[in-house]
Amino acid sequence: MIIHAIFFWLFATVCVGSAVMVIASRNPVHSVLFLILAFINAAGLFVLIGAEFLAWILVIVYVGAVAVLFLFVVMMLDVDFAQLRQGFLNYLPVGVIIGGILLAELLTVLFGWAISPEIGKVITAPIPPSSEISNTQALGLVLYTRYIYFFQAAGVILLVAMIGAIVLTLHHKPNVKRQNISEQIARTKSSAIEIVQVKSGQGLSS
Amino acid sequence: MYGAQLPSLVPLLPGLVLGIGAMALLMLGVFRGQSFGRVVDFIAIVLLVVAGAVLVALPPGKLTTFGGSFVVDDFARFLKVLALIGSAAAILMSLDYAERERQQRFEFSVLVLLSTLGMLMLISAADLIALYLGLELMSLPLYVVAASHRDSLRATEAGLKYFVLGALSSGMLLYGASLVYGFTGTVSFSGIAHAAGQETGAGGTGLIFGIVFLFAGFCFKVSVVPFHMWTPDVYEGAPTPVTAFFAAAPKVAGIAMFVRTAVMAFPGITGQWQQILVFVSIASMALGSFAAIGQRNIKRLMAYSSIGHMGFALIGLAAGTSEGVQGVLIYAAIYVTMTLGVFAVILAMRRSGGMVETIDQLAGLARTNPTMAFFMAMLLFSLAGIPPLAGFFAKFYVFLAAIKAGLYVLAVIGVVTSVVGAYYYLAIVKIMYFDEPAESFYSMPAELRLVLIVCGLFNILFFVYPGPLVGVASAAASSLF
Amino acid sequence: MSLADVWWSYLLPLLIMIGESLLLLVVLLIGVAYILLADRKIWAAVQIRRGPNVVGPWGLLQSFADLLKFVLKEPVIPAGANKGVFLLAPLVTCTLALAAWAVIPVDAGWVISNINVGILYIFAISSLAVYGVIMAGWASNSKYPFLAALRSAAQMASYEVSIGFVIITVLLCVGSLNLTAIVEAQNRGLATLIGLPWLSILNWYWLPLLPMLVIFFVSALAETNRPPFDLIEAESELVAGFMVEYGSTPYMMFMLGEYVAVCTMCAMATILFFGGWLPPIAVPPFTWVPGIIWFVLKALLVFFMFAMVKAFVPRYRYDQLMRLGWKVFLPISLAMVAIVAGVLQVTGWVPK
Repeated sequence: MIIHAIFFWLFATVCVGSAVMVIASRNPVHSVLFLILAFINAAGLFVLIGAEFLAWILVIVYVGAVAVLFLFVVMMLDVDFAQLRQGFLNYLPVGVIIGGILLAELLTVLFGWAISPEIGKVITAPIPPSSEISNTQALGLVLYTRYIYFFQAAGVILLVAMIGAIVLTLHHKPNVKRQNISEQIARTKSSAIEIVQVKSGQGLSS
Repeated sequence: MYGAQLPSLVPLLPGLVLGIGAMALLMLGVFRGQSFGRVVDFIAIVLLVVAGAVLVALPPGKLTTFGGSFVVDDFARFLKVLALIGSAAAILMSLDYAERERQQRFEFSVLVLLSTLGMLMLISAADLIALYLGLELMSLPLYVVAASHRDSLRATEAGLKYFVLGALSSGMLLYGASLVYGFTGTVSFSGIAHAAGQETGAGGTGLIFGIVFLFAGFCFKVSVVPFHMWTPDVYEGAPTPVTAFFAAAPKVAGIAMFVRTAVMAFPGITGQWQQILVFVSIASMALGSFAAIGQRNIKRLMAYSSIGHMGFALIGLAAGTSEGVQGVLIYAAIYVTMTLGVFAVILAMRRSGGMVETIDQLAGLARTNPTMAFFMAMLLFSLAGIPPLAGFFAKFYVFLAAIKAGLYVLAVIGVVTSVVGAYYYLAIVKIMYFDEPAESFYSMPAELRLVLIVCGLFNILFFVYPGPLVGVASAAASSLF
Repeated sequence: MSLADVWWSYLLPLLIMIGESLLLLVVLLIGVAYILLADRKIWAAVQIRRGPNVVGPWGLLQSFADLLKFVLKEPVIPAGANKGVFLLAPLVTCTLALAAWAVIPVDAGWVISNINVGILYIFAISSLAVYGVIMAGWASNSKYPFLAALRSAAQMASYEVSIGFVIITVLLCVGSLNLTAIVEAQNRGLATLIGLPWLSILNWYWLPLLPMLVIFFVSALAETNRPPFDLIEAESELVAGFMVEYGSTPYMMFMLGEYVAVCTMCAMATILFFGGWLPPIAVPPFTWVPGIIWFVLKALLVFFMFAMVKAFVPRYRYDQLMRLGWKVFLPISLAMVAIVAGVLQVTGWVPK
């Protein structure tokens, strides 16, 4: 189990460290790269607790797709953080006060920490032992039966997001000539060209 | 083995009608082109009506499905019918606007349908995950339609502001939900209520912390003080039919979410969340009344008015009793009719130069269009809460519940602020009746006239026969307890 | 815990794993050297040229000569470049490409780590490959590499989607995410159904899922930036794309990573559609041949297709590339997921 512990501390430290660097680094592209590092380490933590399906889905979805688009946008926008931080100091006192209050409150909660003894009994979907069934299968069994409603609702939300993105950005410009591939391919010699016998010295009449 | 059978879909039927209908309309719109927009609008209204009919035709009593995450009780039925009415009216009122402003886009109706689906899910949600999903499904289309005039700077600003603040509030709500889940070990409302009932001492602090964040998220969504900042800008910037939509149906769903969570998930610790509600309702009523006085733009004014009205409605919830919830329900129903009526008038404020939005433009309406002015005046009186109009009864029931629950201070402050609020409603009436007439508006389109007259008559004649609404609301409220 | 325990339970398995990894690495790198040569030779043959034929007999040592040349040159880092990221990019490309091989079974039981979500692991690793390109393009601080990076981000993210759906259709038929299980599931299928169990070539998924095989092959070309989808290094438009500013060893690492990724895709196609290490006809003498030979032969066949496509298909235009990905492959593969799931459900062939 010592190997487990070593890897836990490794992943956890790098994860938290890179999360800090996401906000601390001066270059926005570096921030996104650190974010990716944090994601990958979080995936590592998932693997350690035996949730390998979640781990790799995290990598595929967040690192492989979402963060790529982040990086894409950040690189294109060329955000100047130095300029953004110009007015930062003006708000510092207010920010510190609010942050301090929140921190104090959180600490009160933390020290009064107690977990209800009932918690173990209220779990609604029992997790089957990993010796019987792999965690991918275990997820599949409840995802499409007990949690089908949440699954489908999430799907509808994504549909709305897609419609929204299209509504807000798609412009149909009227005067743009578009390529119609099937039309191009369907063109034959007879429909495309006309062969005219031109008598010498006369040219075409029309 | 570990799997389960597909749960019953019967309680979900109205939602399925809307969801599948919206997807079919989307296909229709995409393949038939924007010129088909008008047909899509009409079909959307028909779908909303059909969903309402299916809802009413569901077997009576309390239906639950999906392991208790989806509940259809009388409370849900009442508010769902209200939300469907609000959405249908919003689409109806957008028809003329879309044609005149050349903003004919079939996506508007589809997004409204999907948003309404979100409201239905939200109203029925009986666990935190279902609640969040319903909330997002309701809000996401709102952000989009707010910015749907993408060439207008004000509309895009409104959409962006709404989106950023909405995302922030969702973050708070999720943070609260995760705390609640952490301290109770379950996301279902009944489970939370069970666990919260046993919380003692220190463990309770964490739970209350969760409740505070959760309620902060709710307050954002129903736009009450101190989380109201986005409302005036969004109301003003968004296209007017969209504002009419914002002002009615989503508020109903928001209130439903607030009431159901408070009553079903945290019944044992009423004392803890009551203080929060007392504070936000006092603050909202005060701000809604005082800040509205200086407004020149009628949409902005309606924004402050809605903040104030949400404050009044929450008085009923603060009481925490069945009568209080009944008051909230009656308030929601009457608020929807008042708002829709007023927005029918705002949408009719169009003359040769296009739409106008300032209050001065209503000057002398009584002479140029007496019918419109009459109904508008009645609706404004009703908003101010002057007897014997419906708005008075709305306030009456919540104040009554507050007094019965011993919240005398809250009730007194409510009465005082409603007197202050009456000032700016009456000021509009004065402009309409006693100022020199401005150029007259174009004649009111038939569908707006319909909405205005129905809402106006409802408000005027409510006192004659209040029985049905009060009775239904009472049954709905008692189904929660 | 005694020292012996530590030895038997930790150190020995660790040493074995390191040994296996090194062996795989060496074999893979030598393989890549010859694959590179084969690529050039096939290309040359299509164009009726001789190709590299000077270094060693028939040019067999050409790749090693190239390696030496790259390693001995001086690495140049542009003054305006973001140094750390600039050097990190080729490392990322190369490491990720090699990492994918940790789970690929080349024969029954011949795999370094037989994890039960192997296919997800490969998919995740191949979706990370885009970072090497983006980082290189951005860190170079130069216009052409940057444009190439933007192109590649969009291209690779688009084609991943259809690869994902192709993988899902195969998984529906298999009922497991383990790569070994995917190969073993191809022991029964169409051939068993028609009563010719020895004709195992018909058992493999290439026949029932033929449209998916085509989509997978084309998407794999796009995912690895092979011609005709090599828009990120299109010479006529972008000089040399994201690698403009690179030379010597870093450049070589990009090259290496690219070819290893191509090999991974060939191995994936072999496992998903061509029955991995299973013999095409399950009767002697075919069953006497070791599985790894079959595996390598099949992978080489797929690679031959890669090389031929490079030789005779002209480069796509960028908008056509996007259209193909989003408007053709995505709907078809999505529909196939539904169709395959429906057919399995109706016929009762759903794997238990």
